[in-house]
Amino acid sequence: MTATTPLTPVAGTVAAAARRGRRPRGLLLLAPALVMLLVFFAYPVADIVWRAFSEPHLGLQNLRDVFADPVTLRVLTRTVVTAFGVATLTLVLAYPYAHLMTVVSPRWRAVLMALVLLPFWTSLMARNFAWIVLLQDGGPLAKLTGLLGLGEKPLLGTAVGVALGMVQVLLPYMVLPLYSAMSGIDRRLLSAAASLGAPRRTVFGRIYLPLSMPGVVAGYTLVFVLALGFYITPRLLGSPQQSLIAQVIGTKVEKLLDFGGAGALSLVLLALTGLLLLAVSRVARPASMLGLKEED
Amino acid sequence: MGENELRGGVGLRLWGALVGAVLIAPTLIVIPLSFTGKASFTFPPESWSLRWYQNFFTDPGWRDALLTSVRIALLVAVLASALGTAAALALDSGRVPGKGLINGLLLSPMVVPQIVAAIGVYAVFLKWGLAGTTLGFVLAHTALAIPFVIVAVSAVLRGYDRRLEQAAASLGAGPLTTFFQVTLPLILPGVLSGAVFAFVTSLDEVVIALYLQSPELHTLPVQMFSSVTVETDPTIAAASTLVLVVTTMLILLPQLLRRRSPEETR
Repeated sequence: MTATTPLTPVAGTVAAAARRGRRPRGLLLLAPALVMLLVFFAYPVADIVWRAFSEPHLGLQNLRDVFADPVTLRVLTRTVVTAFGVATLTLVLAYPYAHLMTVVSPRWRAVLMALVLLPFWTSLMARNFAWIVLLQDGGPLAKLTGLLGLGEKPLLGTAVGVALGMVQVLLPYMVLPLYSAMSGIDRRLLSAAASLGAPRRTVFGRIYLPLSMPGVVAGYTLVFVLALGFYITPRLLGSPQQSLIAQVIGTKVEKLLDFGGAGALSLVLLALTGLLLLAVSRVARPASMLGLKEED
Repeated sequence: MGENELRGGVGLRLWGALVGAVLIAPTLIVIPLSFTGKASFTFPPESWSLRWYQNFFTDPGWRDALLTSVRIALLVAVLASALGTAAALALDSGRVPGKGLINGLLLSPMVVPQIVAAIGVYAVFLKWGLAGTTLGFVLAHTALAIPFVIVAVSAVLRGYDRRLEQAAASLGAGPLTTFFQVTLPLILPGVLSGAVFAFVTSLDEVVIALYLQSPELHTLPVQMFSSVTVETDPTIAAASTLVLVVTTMLILLPQLLRRRSPEETR
């Protein structure tokens, strides 16, 4: 830093020159990554949506089928209800945890953060397999419910089993935005309120909760949206009779090669996801938790 | 600090311990299970053996899946970190037209439901002859991994002094020399953790892999998926344990590197 100070006048002109020259080069550097994403991600998604209107022949038949079929409507309702339940339970678990992260010592904060990030990155298949073992008949959770006097209930292949697995897999996506919002809250506001005689409950309800709201909205939306499109967990922990929409999309392609019908359901799922993200984009951006820079 | 401030009471700490356990404990049960002596998922195991590890490394189905996965993930790590680092440098260097749109594109693999991406990729790759090929897996996984590399490199670039490049340039270094002698060494921790994220993203990806697989070519997560849906084979517990240990080590490594980096770049 100090070594660059005498260079500053020179650096200024060099920087200007560099900036002039950099713009086209910037695009050149960016292009390969963008092309990769466009061709091998965005285009395939657009293609499957287009098939909703073009297969087997041009028209709105596939979309009409989605909303005319009572089974599909029941699946859609079940998916939305499951996503609500999962997001709510996740929020209840994660809110105090994220708050705890902001009040403990840096060393403990690192430990709590590691507990969130490790499952975020460790094998999804390993975790789903672990849940199969936990939920199986006569497995650890069935024994636990037995001990609690509820009787050994079957859990694998039930909506409860699916929800439990999804909550655990999605918890990190709730904790991270909550923590990012909470760590930005100015602690002096809390001290000020307390010194003016506000009891803890008021400090929480009138100051802390409203200030943490962007994190709540971001985390809730993110978990809800991810839960809507969950495929592996319901497929492995649930049953075909209790399908969620992602499983139905998969079955249409695998068993029936019905790309048009799968495309129509995909469009419904994408539209739901997009509308939700758009609706909350003014309050909170789930994007920001990824660390992508936002335009000011 | 007033008495009435919101701090960690006993209740909050207990809740934290509970949630911490929920986050980590369920996964850990695969470790004892991988040493079971019987061909069952009974937990806790009644007898012990190493036969599932032996099976994992000798059974052609499992061994080929592992080798395929590692080969694809390595290619993805190299390709994604090169493309992602270039993109992060471009995004950091200032004005890029349509930045909002670009950010949206970069974010899309995170919010577009995987099943939608998977059947889209499947349909398109069938047309292009890429389904069931190593190249197909590498291209699809690279697209998914690039955003993670960009995030990792961007994080390091935020603490990086661009004037060092200008100093190098003013002293007569060409763009390539500047990049390899100045820029790359300084942002290396970000590039490495980006490469690790890309490797793990590919190694762990199931949904697209389920559709791109062929009888001759399938990845480890696909083998795990088929194994668990078809039979009771504790080899999957051994596979899960190995994947957990390897990915945990890989993820912790760059965290340790990054912790050292602020002092170095400052």
